[in-house]
Amino acid sequence: MKILTCPLNGPRNINEFTYGGEVKNMPDPNECSDEEWADYVFFHDNLVAVVKEWWLHSPSGYWFIAERHTASDEIIRTYDPREIFNERIEFSQVGV
Amino acid sequence: MPFALLKYGLKDDFPFEKDPDLPLPTDLKRHYDVVIIGAGGHGLATAYYLAKYHGITNVAILEMGYLAGGNMARNTAVIRSNYLTSEGVSFYSESVNMYKGLANEFDFNIMYSRRGQLTLAQSEAAVRGFRQRSEVNKHFDGDTDLIGPDDIRQLVPTLNMNAGGLPVLAGLWHRDGATARHDAIAWGYAKGATQRGVEIHQQTEVTDVIVENGRATGVKTNRGQVNAGVIIQAVAGRSSLLAAKAGFRMPITSYPLQAMVTQPVKPFLDPLVSSPALHCYVQQTGRGEIVLGGGSDPYPLYSTRSTLPMKEEVLTNAVKLFPFMANLRLLRQWGGIADMTSDYSPIMGISPVENYYLDAGWGTWGFKATPIAGKTMAELVASGGIVPDLIKPFSMERFNRFVQVNEMGATAASH
Ligand SMILES: Cc1cc2nc3c(=O)[nH]c(=O)nc-3n(C[C@H](O)[C@H](O)[C@H](O)COP(=O)(O)OP(=O)(O)OC[C@H]3O[C@@H](n4cnc5c(N)ncnc54)[C@H](O)[C@@H]3O)c2cc1C
Repeated sequence: MKILTCPLNGPRNINEFTYGGEVKNMPDPNECSDEEWADYVFFHDNLVAVVKEWWLHSPSGYWFIAERHTASDEIIRTYDPREIFNERIEFSQVGV
Repeated sequence: MPFALLKYGLKDDFPFEKDPDLPLPTDLKRHYDVVIIGAGGHGLATAYYLAKYHGITNVAILEMGYLAGGNMARNTAVIRSNYLTSEGVSFYSESVNMYKGLANEFDFNIMYSRRGQLTLAQSEAAVRGFRQRSEVNKHFDGDTDLIGPDDIRQLVPTLNMNAGGLPVLAGLWHRDGATARHDAIAWGYAKGATQRGVEIHQQTEVTDVIVENGRATGVKTNRGQVNAGVIIQAVAGRSSLLAAKAGFRMPITSYPLQAMVTQPVKPFLDPLVSSPALHCYVQQTGRGEIVLGGGSDPYPLYSTRSTLPMKEEVLTNAVKLFPFMANLRLLRQWGGIADMTSDYSPIMGISPVENYYLDAGWGTWGFKATPIAGKTMAELVASGGIVPDLIKPFSMERFNRFVQVNEMGATAASH
């Protein structure tokens, strides 16, 4: 089994994890147009490259970021999202 | 190298076919009316119908590998139309109907075999879903019924009716379900297209798309630049990569999809059987081999390697359905790259770039659509960009309008 190193739980079998999509810049849900939101939700780069992705360690419910090559499947680095995101996004205001 | 072989190779009367199925390779011309990128089933069918129905023959198909060596060579050849939405059912039914006549049309045996497809309901929710699908199918003249355990036992006597502790409550019995020999479909379209003047250029990779003022005018390849009146991309798993060259993104993620086949055994299974609850499907080929497949890999990847975990998952569940299969040996395993959309429907029609058309998002389900995709894409090109009604719902900009065509439930474990 392929091993993925979780920043919280250490090296674990990859079937303990769930892929969560590309890391992208989220437009402000309160300000952006429907089209911008659709672009964010549905459209992807889907490139052959080292990409930044969201992953979830399912048993512990912990989300983190992995840098992985999408052709060789080599996992370059995993880290806590706080390395990139320092602000909590408040969704409760959306659509009010 | 043995001397005899070398001698034979140098002799004049080396048995080259006098009337080859495909013309020998030629130089690339500087200009074609239509350039099709990708010689999979869809690219070949599009060229065929362009030439046959619309008399458009100054067409080149550019293929980075070899003829139909992508997903067309790798699929498990399930042909069916028992989808959920009106848009999906009417589109795929038309394709199933076209398949029925292809052997005659090609004058070539495509080994079309209408065996029926049986999808197992192993929960009350699945029974309700299947009832809806059978009604939608009937509405579009499909031959699909919801059947009970007794009928299922008759159709598939070897099936474990309590597979994985999930009792088989009902089945979606789709009599139009069929298979055909995928390579034969590709060869039939390729031969028919080239006989009418279409050029197929293998080992010709499109490395860039030339866009001037929002309009595609040609492509760059490893064999030089080619100008084109119209360009169609039909490159399955590599759709996003090519779209990036043309300057836009797509609502697609590429995942590997794996399949495998066992040693041949005596005929025991006529229908194609699939279990959405157990994420696997099982079918026996005309040669007696058992073809096994399941869902796509759990995360995106551009690699066709096959993996042990996927085999373990699919086989564990397949053995629950047919316990005696535990003694069989696998003969072959393989994978392809599937261009998945979030609603499990394709992306067809125009793109943000003028004169640049899309045939993509075929994920794990595009083989069955080969004839109708080719026919409608040819209509799109021949009409100068008027999108045929049948494929209007599959436009890429449906995602911008949040009008998806949700076929996930009808696709995930059945393809
Ligand atoms: C394991 C597996 C099982 C499947 N089972 C089924 C099934 O049972 N039923 C079903 O309906 N569907 C099934 N599918 C899906 C189906 O095979 C595909 O959706 C369909 O084949 C895609 O269309 P195509 O034939 O044109 O693609 P392909 O045959 O993949 O053709 C695309 C071609 O484009 C070429 N290409 C890519 N980039 C470039 C470039 N830059 N320049 C030039 N050429 C390029 C590739 O080399 C390739 O030959 C399955 C797929 C897989 C992998």
